[in-house]
Amino acid sequence: MATLYRKTLNWLDERFGTGSVEEFLRHKTVPVNRHMLWYYLGGMTLFLFIIQVLTGILLLLYYRPTPNDAFESVQYIMTQVRFGWLIRSVHSWSANLMIFTAFMHMFSVYFLKAYRKPRELTWISGMLLLFILLGFGFSGYLLPWNTLAFFATKVGTEMAGSVPGVGKWLLVFLRGGQEVTGATLTRFFGFHVAVLPGLATLLLAIHLLLVQRLGMSVPPSVERAIAEGRTSPRSMPFFPNFLLRDMIGWYAALGVLGGLAAIFPWELGAKADAFAAAPAGIRPEWYFLFMFQTLKYLPAKILFLEGEFAGILGFGAAAAVWVLVPFLDRRAGFGRVTRFFTGLGIFVLGYIVVLSALALR
Amino acid sequence: MKNSMIFLALMFFSLRAASAAPPKDTCLACHSALEGDSAKPAMEFEGDVHHQAGLSCADCHGGDPNDESMNAMSRAKGFRGAPKKNQTPDFCARCHSDAAYMHRFNPKMRVDQLSQYLTSVHGKRLKQGDSKVAACVDCHGVHNILPASDTRSPVHPTNVAATCAHCHSDPVYMKAYRIPTDQAARYRRSVHAEMLAQGDMSSPTCSTCHGNHGATPPGITSVASVCGTCHVFFAQLYEKSPHQAAFAKLGLPGCVQCHSNHEIVRPTDAWVGSAPQSVCITCHAAGDKGYTTAQAMSADLTHLGSSLTRAQEVLNVAERAGMEVSDAKVQLTDANEALVKARVNIHTFDEAPVRKLTDEGVEIAGKSYQAGVAALRERDFRRKGLGIALLAIVLAISGLYLKIRQMESGKL
Amino acid sequence: METTDLTPRGSVQPGRRWVNLLLGSGVVASIVSFIYPAMRYIIPPPVAESASRFVVAAKVGELKNNSGKIFKFGSTPALLVRLVDGSYRAFSAVCTHLSCTVQFRSDLREIWCACHNGLYDLEGRNLSGPPPRPLEVYEVHIQGEDVVVTRTA
Repeated sequence: MATLYRKTLNWLDERFGTGSVEEFLRHKTVPVNRHMLWYYLGGMTLFLFIIQVLTGILLLLYYRPTPNDAFESVQYIMTQVRFGWLIRSVHSWSANLMIFTAFMHMFSVYFLKAYRKPRELTWISGMLLLFILLGFGFSGYLLPWNTLAFFATKVGTEMAGSVPGVGKWLLVFLRGGQEVTGATLTRFFGFHVAVLPGLATLLLAIHLLLVQRLGMSVPPSVERAIAEGRTSPRSMPFFPNFLLRDMIGWYAALGVLGGLAAIFPWELGAKADAFAAAPAGIRPEWYFLFMFQTLKYLPAKILFLEGEFAGILGFGAAAAVWVLVPFLDRRAGFGRVTRFFTGLGIFVLGYIVVLSALALR
Repeated sequence: MKNSMIFLALMFFSLRAASAAPPKDTCLACHSALEGDSAKPAMEFEGDVHHQAGLSCADCHGGDPNDESMNAMSRAKGFRGAPKKNQTPDFCARCHSDAAYMHRFNPKMRVDQLSQYLTSVHGKRLKQGDSKVAACVDCHGVHNILPASDTRSPVHPTNVAATCAHCHSDPVYMKAYRIPTDQAARYRRSVHAEMLAQGDMSSPTCSTCHGNHGATPPGITSVASVCGTCHVFFAQLYEKSPHQAAFAKLGLPGCVQCHSNHEIVRPTDAWVGSAPQSVCITCHAAGDKGYTTAQAMSADLTHLGSSLTRAQEVLNVAERAGMEVSDAKVQLTDANEALVKARVNIHTFDEAPVRKLTDEGVEIAGKSYQAGVAALRERDFRRKGLGIALLAIVLAISGLYLKIRQMESGKL
Repeated sequence: METTDLTPRGSVQPGRRWVNLLLGSGVVASIVSFIYPAMRYIIPPPVAESASRFVVAAKVGELKNNSGKIFKFGSTPALLVRLVDGSYRAFSAVCTHLSCTVQFRSDLREIWCACHNGLYDLEGRNLSGPPPRPLEVYEVHIQGEDVVVTRTA
């Protein structure tokens, strides 16, 4: 078994020159410290993303992206296709789990200041990936073409329309017209299975390349402890030690997904009817709730600006600051923890949690 | 005092009239300036449908609307004054029975109200000198008459019952007539009143069954025809049923016998059969053919009802467990349809047609039930499958964990 | 001379073998429990197409003038009517009163519900009897040999 493995690798090396890659991977290490648990989150998000790609491809075998057929094709998958219920429910649950771990990954990187020099681009590519994931979530949500999805998309794209300047164009671009129609469904499908995967692949490649080149960041507190001689620098080989641990996490995730799919299958809902009144309590998926709730609280006018406009502006500015944090938090580059940025992070995390909770009430 | 007021008003209006150009209606002009009851007609007339049509006080009451003096109300000018109670039908009919005249205003309006009224109990009694009965203005109002289609009109379908009840629910007023005064109260408890309140204008009110101008209670032989104008199938089935002849012989009022005339409520399946709440045992007793038929029909309905419930329950459980059972649920509506039709066929008072329908329904409900059971089996299969997959995963995880421990037991 | 312990350790210790076995079988079992559903999923089910909102209700020439046909639309019954002049109309066949299935009456030239004598006209409007609302109207198009019924979104 081992020699077959060895022979295959040699064969590939002769043609692709994979030998250097193999060497690199063999020597790849992961730092060992008390913040190690957070290191697993990136890999977990990647794993769940791969699950999405695989289940997504399987769903593509039966899904039809037109308003006449979309709902029925999902119903077909749930009822007629063998294990269709499993594939579809795993896809829907994994999407949510993936976005959750992505947020956790982002916040852990933030609080452990892993974005500091030389990992600024890793942070930026990661943030862009997060936005892409939210785009996946938003576009994918519409595809079953049920009442909830239809109206949530209506509300969501309506908010896009209030973006200053480009709002109107953005709304028509997203909707494929003035209203949410079959054209919107076609467009969202295109985004979901072609555009976003393409962008994600590109950014993922950059992100992973950087992680390989730069290795895992050691938190400033640990670095300081090492420098002051209080602890010794420890590490473990990626292959096989860290990977085996990763696999435990991945198997656990699979178990959770399977349990959710079998015991809490994802709802089918009722087919979307554009002419029906929106049901009460329409709201977007949980990862958009905090923005949705904020806009609800904003008054009609703030100074001279329209309330919603100001809200979008505010979120845009916050996002810009967040993405540029490696360049703003200069001192982190020197291994120093600035209280301001830690405080900012706690505020942002707290804000998201509290407003999401309020929206769910 | 009153005369000086009239004089002052006249002076005021003649001054105004001198400068005004539009056609004069001195009746309205003068009476609006008066006080109390004298002003009431003028105030009310603003929204009246006759006023909207361009008619003036004089068009009904006679007199001269151009004359600003008290002479306007003289016999010479054709003034008729306010009619007495027994004169009102003719007073209104002067125009309302004139087809040529009415069609100038509303071509499709009926002009037979007076002839209808004269056939009614109210009309007949009025002719005999009873001034307590209803005549035109008692229902339609006097100076603020609105079309029946206007929701504010006392003869709009939603208001008719209250208008009739004005007299017919007053026991003191109705004492001499010795007829019940609880009709309105009973009607308000009925399903017809409920539907009307919910906006279904096809639902009957007093005038629908009794007539409006020709108001008469339907006679015993014609009750089924009255109900049957809307409830066609039931009337047809009843007419061919053994009850038709039997009730006629006994002088019983057809539909009303079981369903009441005013307090018509939603019937339930419990009305059929031999249980205490059933209507059948009012006449039938153990041993007679009707009693057995009633029991049989009740059993059929109950059988289908319980099959439906059983199927619905299992499908609901399956649906709550996340299984897709929409097709089976749709199939169940056919069984429901059979139950609906079976209930209609109770009125044949023959078990055979009822049984035929309930048998169909039971078969369909049975199929839906099976689909539900299959869905639950699938749910259990999924849980078992999950269990196996979880076992495999636990195995893998323990393997991984032990491997890690073993690999790293050397280094510390 | 010292006696060195030369107990051969071998490349795989007995304990190691069990762990490897456990790990291997766990991984294989878990992979099978994922691959099996995926494989069965890929094979199309017996009912090859999803019921769509785009249904071929009949063939051209199948219905005579002044007649009707009940067909399945999605998972609910629908009614295709061919009028006297040869044109087609299609409606949901679910009566708006108590959900019985309506039918076309060629003698009345109206749509009729057998449960309580509800009547609808050929535009689907409720004319008489208990039905409180009109029937839902569907679109009909002729495509080649097919009479196709669709529901506008």
